[in-house]
Amino acid sequence: MNGPLIRAENLSVGFPIGKGLFDKFVLKAVDDVTLHIDKGSFFGLVGESGSGKTTLGRALLKAVPITGGSAHYADGEVAYDLETIGKADLKDYRKRAQLIFQDPYAALSPRMTVRDIIAEPLEVMGLTRNRQETDERVRETAAKCRLNLEHLRRFPHAFSGGQRQRISIARALVSGPKLVVADESVAALDVSIQADVLNLLKELQRDLGITFMFISHDLSVVAHTCDHVAVMYLGRLVETAPTRQLFAAPRHPYTKALFSAIPSLDPDDRGRAQKLEGEIPSPMKQPSGCKFHTRCPHVIDRCKVEEPRLQSSGAEHNVACHRWEELLQNA
Amino acid sequence: MSALLDVKNLTLQFRTDEGLITAVEDVSFSLNKGEVMGLVGESGSGKSVTAKALMHLNARNAVYGPGSRITLHSEQGEVDVLSLRTPRDLKVVRGGAISMIFQEPMASFAPAITIGKQMVEQLQLHGDMSKARAKEISVEMLDRVGISDASQRFDQYAFELSGGMRQRAMIAMALSTKPALLIADEPTTALDVTIQAQVIDLMKDLVDEFHMGIIFITHDLGVVAQTCDRVNVMYLGRLIEEGPVREVIRNPKHPYTQGLISALPKLDNLDQSLTAVPGDIPSPLERPPGCVFNTRCSQIVGAACTTIGPNEVDLGADHTVACHIYKEVAE
Amino acid sequence: MSNMPDPTDPKLAGINISNPTQFGAEGDNDRHAKEAYFTASQGQLIWARFKKQRAAMIAAFFLVFLIFSGLFAPFLSPYDPTVAGRNKDYTNGAPQIPQFCDKNGCSLRPFIHPVERERSLATNFRWVTKINEDKRSYLTFLPKGDAYKLFGVIKSDRHLFGLEEGKIHVFGTDEDGQDILSRTLHAIWTSLQVGTIGVLIAFVLALIIGGVSGYYGGWLDSVIQMITDAFRTVPAIPLFMAVAAFMPPEISAEARFFYISIILGFIGWPTLARRIRTHLLTERNQEYVLAAQLCGASSSHVIRRHLLPSFTSYIIVDLVISFPYMVLSETALSFIGLGLKDPVSSLGVMLQKATSADVMLNYQWYFIPVAFFIVLVMAFVFVGDGLRDAADPYSEVNK
Repeated sequence: MNGPLIRAENLSVGFPIGKGLFDKFVLKAVDDVTLHIDKGSFFGLVGESGSGKTTLGRALLKAVPITGGSAHYADGEVAYDLETIGKADLKDYRKRAQLIFQDPYAALSPRMTVRDIIAEPLEVMGLTRNRQETDERVRETAAKCRLNLEHLRRFPHAFSGGQRQRISIARALVSGPKLVVADESVAALDVSIQADVLNLLKELQRDLGITFMFISHDLSVVAHTCDHVAVMYLGRLVETAPTRQLFAAPRHPYTKALFSAIPSLDPDDRGRAQKLEGEIPSPMKQPSGCKFHTRCPHVIDRCKVEEPRLQSSGAEHNVACHRWEELLQNA
Repeated sequence: MSALLDVKNLTLQFRTDEGLITAVEDVSFSLNKGEVMGLVGESGSGKSVTAKALMHLNARNAVYGPGSRITLHSEQGEVDVLSLRTPRDLKVVRGGAISMIFQEPMASFAPAITIGKQMVEQLQLHGDMSKARAKEISVEMLDRVGISDASQRFDQYAFELSGGMRQRAMIAMALSTKPALLIADEPTTALDVTIQAQVIDLMKDLVDEFHMGIIFITHDLGVVAQTCDRVNVMYLGRLIEEGPVREVIRNPKHPYTQGLISALPKLDNLDQSLTAVPGDIPSPLERPPGCVFNTRCSQIVGAACTTIGPNEVDLGADHTVACHIYKEVAE
Repeated sequence: MSNMPDPTDPKLAGINISNPTQFGAEGDNDRHAKEAYFTASQGQLIWARFKKQRAAMIAAFFLVFLIFSGLFAPFLSPYDPTVAGRNKDYTNGAPQIPQFCDKNGCSLRPFIHPVERERSLATNFRWVTKINEDKRSYLTFLPKGDAYKLFGVIKSDRHLFGLEEGKIHVFGTDEDGQDILSRTLHAIWTSLQVGTIGVLIAFVLALIIGGVSGYYGGWLDSVIQMITDAFRTVPAIPLFMAVAAFMPPEISAEARFFYISIILGFIGWPTLARRIRTHLLTERNQEYVLAAQLCGASSSHVIRRHLLPSFTSYIIVDLVISFPYMVLSETALSFIGLGLKDPVSSLGVMLQKATSADVMLNYQWYFIPVAFFIVLVMAFVFVGDGLRDAADPYSEVNK
């Protein structure tokens, strides 16, 4: 089966906010997102606070309910409609789709040994028949994540941030998933350790054929590790493209601003291509029309009223902007 | 450029249940007026502790080495910071001649008092002025840092402002006393990248206008490259490299600095793989003998690395490094 | 990775590449200690931290000592604490401290001067006790004495010490001639029993109610909290008086004892339940709980493997600290006559006899047991505090 592993169509995730019977306001954390993730790819999801990227990742894992649109999972063996998935199928899906958290200090149960932490998914999901099998699987997975045998006997408090993240990764991998969502998994790590963990993830992608969905606010990390990137702003997808293309020629004003906001390592490169004014609007008070219009340097009247749809602008490169063609020509 | 701050042989240890832990060892540097110095390091490097020492803000169980001297050249004359004892004397360095801004602005604003009240309190503590005058100055500062409707914001609480605005308010508060030295401890780490860019630009403008010295503590070399004139790199409490920012970033000499730079994902070369610095930062309880970096160094030159702490070597162009490699070359 | 050090490089000999934080020159002891630290479970870490606190360790020593005294009270006390073992000839008698030397010289065996009673003309033919300084009565060890059943099952009649002839009362006697030392030791045991049962009942109730409240949250939590608050506002003393009024006077001392413990437990659960609920509410939102749920773990699995262990240490601390409150409540109740009664000894019962001016002026040794109880309560409090300090910083270990 050569279809994408994950296909989301007009996916929305809303949270009802407001206590009384009358002020039920729905906060749309993810609004009308359409994307697909190919098998074996390293897919990056980028955005700042309020972009909804974490919620999207969790929705695809069914950790939060999907309130609109649809999402499909198809790995060649099974195919699930994630919106209407039943309990039994959900149990199976959990084996195939796992999550790695951001905070290595909160993600590991402090009272369990590393061996128990990694073994837990196996035990809960009943994937092994006896303790021996479990131990072997744990050892195998731990070795892939470069954890020694002696580490297995220890408790999380004995490990540094980078090592804990590797334990988290091992725990996510032990059930043999096809999809792993890494939610800001390197954000809390020091730079020198970050590269180590990223390289490990790439290795796992290569050797085990796992598809990664890499959620991050750090565009440079994403540019280096992902083959496909989606940029989100206030719950909407503003641009998606293969990484090289996105980086070489971003089409959405927000993406351009994101790139130019990254402080360059070259001290002489101090000019700023596009400085973004203003604050990110609160998700509770989203602007009308194009969500980005309040900060966009190319805003026109149409932007304030009409929401742009995600349009194809070339090979797998989609943009949600009314003026992308003009801006491309003027550039 | 006249000298503003002189730090000589700063050694700082903490008395704990596990014994004396060395947080900073023999650090010396100086800062001129109007100069922006970046203090770079990862967790456990001792950069925050060093900064706090400049304001004599460390905990009571801190033990300073006998030769440690911090001299501030203020308008009132030379101040030996470490010898200050009474609250009245300390007031000079805490918020007066030296101001500090922190990573988490929510943490430095009291949640139940309006921002304006706190700013006025700060001003009245450090100078004889009426409440009205203090309010005038505060509103001016809020406006100067780019907060719109400054007089309205003056009466708001910290939680009513967004992250970026809070950070600006904190900068306004810190600068209202016209300090000679501003210490910025990871001020942009918690901000979204587009907001970070704004705050960095703001700080650069303020340096030009107020002609104060800034010590910019961060782990982000990109931010350093964009804002600083000089950079000091710390590892496990030691100053391992310092020099003009162009020199150090383009020509890093210390293996750690080199490792740090090559671990950073750079946007100008997406094909380059990320190389991590192997191993983990040792815990402060296990300081390696000799050069503190020897447990992770790939360029060890001999027995000296594991037994003798390297001295600083002047490489010319104001660039010094503490590494045995260069001693050897010189010899 | 090109920066990985070459393991065959002779310059790097002695440095463990796979775990570079391990440094060559340290001895085996250091490595053992480190490994022990890495593999230490939560319980072991807490114990290690607890050991460092001097006050808590001293208190723990006293606590263990008192618990053993209570446990072996029948053996340790020379006489039966009830009316059965009283000394009719020595009522309201002063404490008799064993001595080694007297005017006739010293001896290796401790002894006391026996007391004799005679009617004296001078006091209008009332009994007058006189100490016979010429005779010596030596202490005997492991003599046979009043029969008892240790822990209610083991029959024996050996006591730790006794007197050759007559009886020795190290803490004196009360108005009925009952040995105060024996009564004190038995009282400690009674209080421990009452406290344990009370705490256990409170704990089980609190665990279920607080647990359901904290884990499920939502409206269930609100309803349960309202009920808990209602319970909390009931004033204890009037409640006890009401219950005491309902208890038939003819029920046996043991049954009474049992009921009092249960009542104490029922009064004590709201505070504990609130604490358990708070712990659960925080722990429930931890990321590792979400990780387990994403594997499809059931609620019982999550509670059992993640939530319960996470606050076991806090619960133990809460239990240890609740103990003295139970003991003091029982004391207060018995003192005002609503709790235990004779022949069961408890501090409250013993203090009942100490309320007349006569006693306070003349027979001060009635108050010796108070010292024991102060030590017992303080020991619990210090140990509880020490445990709390040892258990809390566990989160500090996570950087």
